[in-house]
Amino acid sequence: MAINLDYIGRTFEPSEPYEVSRVKIREFADAIGEPSPLCRDREAARAAGYPDVIAPPTFAIVISAVSREKVTHDPGLGVNNDMIVHGDLRFSHARPVHAGDVVVAQTTIESIRQVRNMTTLTTVSELRTVDGEHVCTTRSTLVERGA
Amino acid sequence: MASPSYDDVPIGAEIELRQYSVTRSDLVRYAGASGDFNVIHWNERLAKSLGLPDVIAHGMVTMALVGRFVTEWVGDPGAVFELSVRFSSPVVVPDDDKGALVEISGVVSGKLDDRKVSVDITARSDGAKVLTRAQAVVRLAAGPAQGGEPESPLEPP
Repeated sequence: MAINLDYIGRTFEPSEPYEVSRVKIREFADAIGEPSPLCRDREAARAAGYPDVIAPPTFAIVISAVSREKVTHDPGLGVNNDMIVHGDLRFSHARPVHAGDVVVAQTTIESIRQVRNMTTLTTVSELRTVDGEHVCTTRSTLVERGA
Repeated sequence: MASPSYDDVPIGAEIELRQYSVTRSDLVRYAGASGDFNVIHWNERLAKSLGLPDVIAHGMVTMALVGRFVTEWVGDPGAVFELSVRFSSPVVVPDDDKGALVEISGVVSGKLDDRKVSVDITARSDGAKVLTRAQAVVRLAAGPAQGGEPESPLEPP
C-alpha cells in the first residue's frame, strides 16, 4: 500500500478539549517515578510560581498522541499502523502543562519521505489552551517499514 | 539536593549517572497512565510473534526517564523547555522482579540565553545505546544562591 503524498502539509481538525486534572498528573508522575512535589502538592507548586500542580514534560504526549493517531489512522493517508515504529520525538514547551489547563491539540503532517521500502512521516502537534495560549509543540517522526 | 545555578555550571559539566529499573509492572502502569496499550509493551507472546526478543518498554517510558533524570538534576519539572530523542534500540524488559536497567548520564553542552543550558544525554540498557541525539534544554536558577528566597512553606507532617 502506498502512502498518499498529497497529505504533506495537511493540517487536521483540532482534537476535543482535554481537561488536565491533578489526579491525572499525579497518576502520570507516579507511573514514571517522577518524585517532584510540584507534580503533587498545589501549595508547593504555587510557592514555585505555578498556578497549580505541573505535569512532567513528557505528559504532553498523552494529549498529542490522540491527535497524531487520528492522523496516522486516516484511511486516505495509507499508513500501515502495524508496521510503524517511533523514530524521533521532540517536546518544545512554552510552559509546563498544569492542572486546570484545557488543551486542544492540532496536528499537521510536516513531511513524508520514502527511502527504498521505508517511509518516514513527520507530524507536528500544537497544544494550545482553549483560550489560544501556546503550551507545547510535539514533533514526531514515525517510520513505516515496508512489508 | 541543591539546584545547580546558571552561573556556576560550566560547559562540559557532567551530570552524574543514574540508574533506573523498568519492570513489567512499570510498563503496565505506564500503559494505564498514558493510554498506550500497544501489546508489545505487555504481552510476551504477541511481542515475540511480531519478531521482538521479548516485551519491550514504551519508547515514551525511556524518554520519561530522561525527563526525570533532567528534572532530578534541576529540581523543577517545569524548567524543562526542550526534550528530544531518537529511539535507536528497544529496552527489552524480562519477566522477572528486576526488569531492565536503564543508565542515564548527561553533560552540559551549551549555555544559552535566558539562563537556559543544553544537556546532551546518554541512555544505555543491556550494553546498547537506547537513544541517540538525546538532548534537553533546561532553565537553571539565577546566580549563586542568595539565601533570601523562601523555601517551600510546607512542613513535613
